[in-house]
Amino acid sequence: MPPDAKAPDAKAPEAEAAAEQVFAALADPTRRAILAALAGGGPATATDLAGQLPITRQAIAKHLALLAAAGLVTAKPGERRRIRYRLRPAPMRVAQQYLAALARDWDSPLSALTDHLDRSAASQPHPTRGHHD
Amino acid sequence: MGFPDRIERTIELAHPPATVWAALTTAEGLAAWFGDKVTIDLRPGGAASMRWSKEGYTADMRVERVEEPVVFAFTWPIFGLPTDDPRRTYVEFTLEPAGAGTRLTVTESGFAQLPEDAYRTAYDGNSEGWAKELGELAAYLDAA
Repeated sequence: MPPDAKAPDAKAPEAEAAAEQVFAALADPTRRAILAALAGGGPATATDLAGQLPITRQAIAKHLALLAAAGLVTAKPGERRRIRYRLRPAPMRVAQQYLAALARDWDSPLSALTDHLDRSAASQPHPTRGHHD
Repeated sequence: MGFPDRIERTIELAHPPATVWAALTTAEGLAAWFGDKVTIDLRPGGAASMRWSKEGYTADMRVERVEEPVVFAFTWPIFGLPTDDPRRTYVEFTLEPAGAGTRLTVTESGFAQLPEDAYRTAYDGNSEGWAKELGELAAYLDAA
């Protein structure tokens, strides 16, 4: 789908915004712990999470509200203390792409290509060259 | 723009475009520097695959452009994303004669693409799907 791949500009700002929210959320160890608990154990209330993490319920509720506002978790309506939070993975997938772009290595393969071509040329002397290794 | 959609590299090679072309578009050529097990059906729409045994990773590619000896392009999965992720990046090699050698440019684009409004629906749908399927399994086991 090259046409789609060539016209990402309209979508990139949205991707950028999603990545920013994910990385801002992940920069905080408490929020990392909350997201990890939701990823590992599934939907949970602030009280559930307070039982698993060394943080007060109030602090967890504050972080959950922030994560919900950023779209990284969704709140399932319920009574005030019974609100269950669930991980919303879509923004994480966008952030994964960001990391994939940073992790993509073309320098090593291109250097391997250069070596390969030089080696092949050395073993099959080029007519205009007087020597080979 | 902080989100890198496009990666581009240009290198000068001391070999004519025909030699570089063979290294980029044949299974033998690609296996010598890129993947270690390579198959390729060299025509637009043709399938290709590249395996890196050490990493235990195989990329299934689709040949997109074959304009010998100037442009070779393919799409492939985004390394680092789950294998069932439908998003792919577009890789294009451009060969320009430069003296007796070749100026080779590789661009890979599409990192910033979002899946068609699947961004909000499909992935959420997917996790809803698991919850729903597990619920159905529970109901099935309860009934048994």
